[in-house]
Amino acid sequence: MLDNLQLLFVYAPVMNVQMILDGIFIGAVFALAAYGLALVWGVMNVKNLAQGDFVIMGGYLAFTANNMGFHPILALPLIAVVMYFYGVVVYKLVIRRVIDNDMFVSLLATFGLSLFMQQVMNLIYGPEVQTVDSHMHVMTMFDEFVTVPMVKVVSLVLAGVFATAIVMFMTKSRTGQAIRATAQDARAARVLGIDTDKVYMLTFALNSAICGIAGILVSMIWVLQPFYGIVYSLRTFAIVTAAGLGNLPGVIGMSFVLGWVEQYAGIIAGAEWQIAAAVFVLIGVLLWRQIQMRRLRQVVR
Amino acid sequence: MYNKLPIALGAALAVGVAGFAGGAMAKVEGDTIIIGSSLSLTGKYSTNGFHTQKGYDFAVKRINDTGGVKVGGKSYKMKIVYYDDESTPSRASQLTERLVKQDGVEFMLGPYSTTMTKAVAPVTEKYGVPMVEAEGASRSLFTQGYKYMFAVLSTSEYYLAPVLDLIAQRSKDDGKSPSDLRIGMAFENDGFSLDVRAGVLDVAKKYNMKIVIDDKLPADLSDMSATLTKFKALKPDILLVSGHSKGAATAARQIEEMKIRAPAIAITHCEAAKVHVKFPKSANGLLCPTQWLTNLPNSEPLFGDAQKYDKEFKVAYPEYNTGIPYQTAQASAAVLVFKDAFERANSFDQDKVRDALSATDMDTFYGPVKFSEAGNNIAKPMFYRQIQADGSYKNIVSSKDMTMPRKAAY
Repeated sequence: MLDNLQLLFVYAPVMNVQMILDGIFIGAVFALAAYGLALVWGVMNVKNLAQGDFVIMGGYLAFTANNMGFHPILALPLIAVVMYFYGVVVYKLVIRRVIDNDMFVSLLATFGLSLFMQQVMNLIYGPEVQTVDSHMHVMTMFDEFVTVPMVKVVSLVLAGVFATAIVMFMTKSRTGQAIRATAQDARAARVLGIDTDKVYMLTFALNSAICGIAGILVSMIWVLQPFYGIVYSLRTFAIVTAAGLGNLPGVIGMSFVLGWVEQYAGIIAGAEWQIAAAVFVLIGVLLWRQIQMRRLRQVVR
Repeated sequence: MYNKLPIALGAALAVGVAGFAGGAMAKVEGDTIIIGSSLSLTGKYSTNGFHTQKGYDFAVKRINDTGGVKVGGKSYKMKIVYYDDESTPSRASQLTERLVKQDGVEFMLGPYSTTMTKAVAPVTEKYGVPMVEAEGASRSLFTQGYKYMFAVLSTSEYYLAPVLDLIAQRSKDDGKSPSDLRIGMAFENDGFSLDVRAGVLDVAKKYNMKIVIDDKLPADLSDMSATLTKFKALKPDILLVSGHSKGAATAARQIEEMKIRAPAIAITHCEAAKVHVKFPKSANGLLCPTQWLTNLPNSEPLFGDAQKYDKEFKVAYPEYNTGIPYQTAQASAAVLVFKDAFERANSFDQDKVRDALSATDMDTFYGPVKFSEAGNNIAKPMFYRQIQADGSYKNIVSSKDMTMPRKAAY
């Protein structure tokens, strides 16, 4: 471990550039999926365990588009629309029926949905690992020591654009306001004439579309397999839990922190700690919150 | 109409029960030897599950078409009963239990993958059912003292270790000392890949090579950029990666993306991950281990040599025209081994067949087969190929066949 630190800060400090960049790129993709989860969780109080499977599904749609000769980025609007309507269907069939039940029902229902989606993707695409080639250039810096694939830069830009668009939508548009009102107090919103059922449907479909976009980026940066959704579910849960619901800057910040923590843990402690480190961050945040909240709790008592 | 439902249900149940009763089989029914196998026909191992099944079926059909298995002067046909284990180990052991206890199967062919074989072997062992397996390569399968399990393939510690022998030989030829070579390696944190790693450690120690990176990739990680960043800083001479198809695809993608220029790179499962098609630039010069080559000289009467097997299999299954995975070839070889053992035992007594299996010493299109005390095949070596610029695989027999340093085209 000591020699790794030495390598990082004494012998090859340029490594830090690569790792900070990689952390940002990884974080940007997670931020999208995590924001969708925060939305559904915050507005509907549904903990969507199938979040990662929506991401992988978006990736497979990109794979299909690529096989048909369309570049995934060009197919993005269409994939987002397809995922949006898939979200509507899932909402009508499953989510609407569990929304008013307690937490465990929604956990069970979305877990079942997750298994179902995995198996259907497995039947359609087979269990082999698939990838999509972005055909994009790789930039190099510092005498080839630092490499920046254009596809990751494009992903970062896209993630930024969509995050801004969502924020604008939530704050400026009437529908966005309705969504926020429902999140604050569904009953009051209903009294004031907001069709909360429609708001829920919109929110879930929006989340599905966001996940689809994240999936397109995943297909071009990493690899696809019907059963890898869980990886994205876990990380988005960690991000949202640590950042707090309805806290978009927090979610985005936490995504970058997670990206960096993963990268640095991978170098300093070895790759076997890369994902564990992300979970340690979550535990750390929860502990810290617990201590922070103690004062408040005493007041209530 | 609702009151008809119980009747319909009852009828369905009766049919089901009758079906089960009819399904109960003895080991040898009339002139048919029944062999059981639980294979992954759905779930994450299903691709290779089907490769295995076709290998079994092809060999069984050939044996049945050419006079069957001769035991006690009588000719028997072979038949395999398959169950789908859904790529879940617990299901595989339940189904094996069912094959043995309910269906009365007395001989088994192995499932796909080390994980499944680990789940099945304790059951077959408990009931003394001889099993020939073709798809579980982990060394750890052969340290349990199993008496009834035999494996035709080379075990996992030979997947990458002999690559180091080739590279060491090459640097000696070039007038350099192998002890100057530095290795960076990343292995998935699972039983199979850690066995591969154990083999590598032994050989590296033999040549006094220095291991500067030794990362274990978590099973749910599809990003090895941290490991490769370290690799670029330390610049070792050799990169070794093992992590099934996902590891191979991730490595190939990121080797190209991060412009890794190590003189030698060896990765397991390159062919399964189709890296030569998906990442032709980084695939150029990769060294890939394989269990089987289509130009092996070894032969036996039923299939002839590897070339003949390759040709005839493609006629039977045209969907394999682009190449037969070694998983299929070794599955066929496992069936050949069973036939040979039945004939030498000249009996269907489980223990006699077991003893005959243990004494196996035969040549097949898949290479020679001879089992150690532990049940693994010690006669057949692992083979190596290097991916060429045009995406073809070149057989590497001696260190001179190898292009080293590899030419990176990015």
